[in-house]
Amino acid sequence: MMGRQIPFIIAGVLFGAGLTLGGMTDPARVRGFLDLFGDWDPTLAFVMGGAVLVMAIAWVIQPKLTQPLFAESFSLPSRRDLTPKLIGGSALFGIGWGVAGLCPGPGIAALVIEPFSAAIFVVSMLAGMFLVRLTEGSA
Amino acid sequence: MTLPGFPDAAPLAGLGGGILIGLAAAVMLLGVGRIAGVSGIAARATGMSDSSLPKSSAWLFLIGLPLGALVVMLVAGEVEPSFASPLFLGVAGLLVGVGTRLGSGCTSGHGVCGMSRLSPRSLVATATFMITGFATVAIMNAIGLVVLS
Repeated sequence: MMGRQIPFIIAGVLFGAGLTLGGMTDPARVRGFLDLFGDWDPTLAFVMGGAVLVMAIAWVIQPKLTQPLFAESFSLPSRRDLTPKLIGGSALFGIGWGVAGLCPGPGIAALVIEPFSAAIFVVSMLAGMFLVRLTEGSA
Repeated sequence: MTLPGFPDAAPLAGLGGGILIGLAAAVMLLGVGRIAGVSGIAARATGMSDSSLPKSSAWLFLIGLPLGALVVMLVAGEVEPSFASPLFLGVAGLLVGVGTRLGSGCTSGHGVCGMSRLSPRSLVATATFMITGFATVAIMNAIGLVVLS
C-alpha cells in the first residue's frame, strides 16, 4: 500500500522544485509578471507555457489508459458549468495573488525559503478556506 | 540567456521550472489519476474538503513542495527573495484561501491542469484571476502602494 503513496511525494517534490526554479516563490518575480502595464517581466509566461505543454501531452496519453499506473481509477473533475461562484472566487484569488505575489503552491514551498512570511500567508490562506467551509456547511 | 527588451527575465529557468511543474502534474494524472491542484489538496489535507483523496496522500504531496524548493536552493544556491509585510501577507492569504475554494482551484489546478485540458471552467477561471491580478498590481502601483522592499 505504501508503494501507492510514492507518486504523491514525487509529484510534490517535482512541483516544489519547478515552482522555485521558475521563480514563482519569488514575490517580486510574480508581481513583475502581473505588472503588465509597467515594467513587465515575462518569465512566468515561460513557466506556464512549459507546464501546460507537458501537461497537454499527458492529457493525450490519459484516455489511452484504462486506469492510472498506480491507482484503480481516475478521479477527475467533469463539471463544465460557468457559475458566478467560479468567476467571483477566481477574481478574489487574483486580487490576493497580486497583493503579495504568492499563490497556494509557492506559499507552501516558501516555508523553507522565508518561514515567517510564508507561514503568515499559509495560515491566512487556510483561515480563508475555513471561512468558505463554514458558510458552505451552514448553507 | 536573456530576452531582448527584458533584461531581468529568466526565460530558461522559467521554462525549466514549468517543465518540472508539468511533469509533476503528469505524474499525478497518469500515476494516480488525479489533478495536481494545490489549493484543493491543501483543503483536503486540513479536513476542509470532502474529496476522495486520502488525507495521507494529500499531506505527502504538500510536504514535497518545500522539499523540492530545498533541493533547488541546495543546487542553485540560496536566494533571499523579499516578501510582503505581515499585514499584506495576511490579507493576501485570506483572499487566496476564500477565492480558491469558491473558484474551485488556483494557478495549478485551473492554470496548469485545466487549461492544458481545455476545460471551459479552467479557461474562464484562469482568465479571471489573471485579469484581477494584473488590475491589482496596476492599481497598487498607480496609488503608490509599495508591497516589496
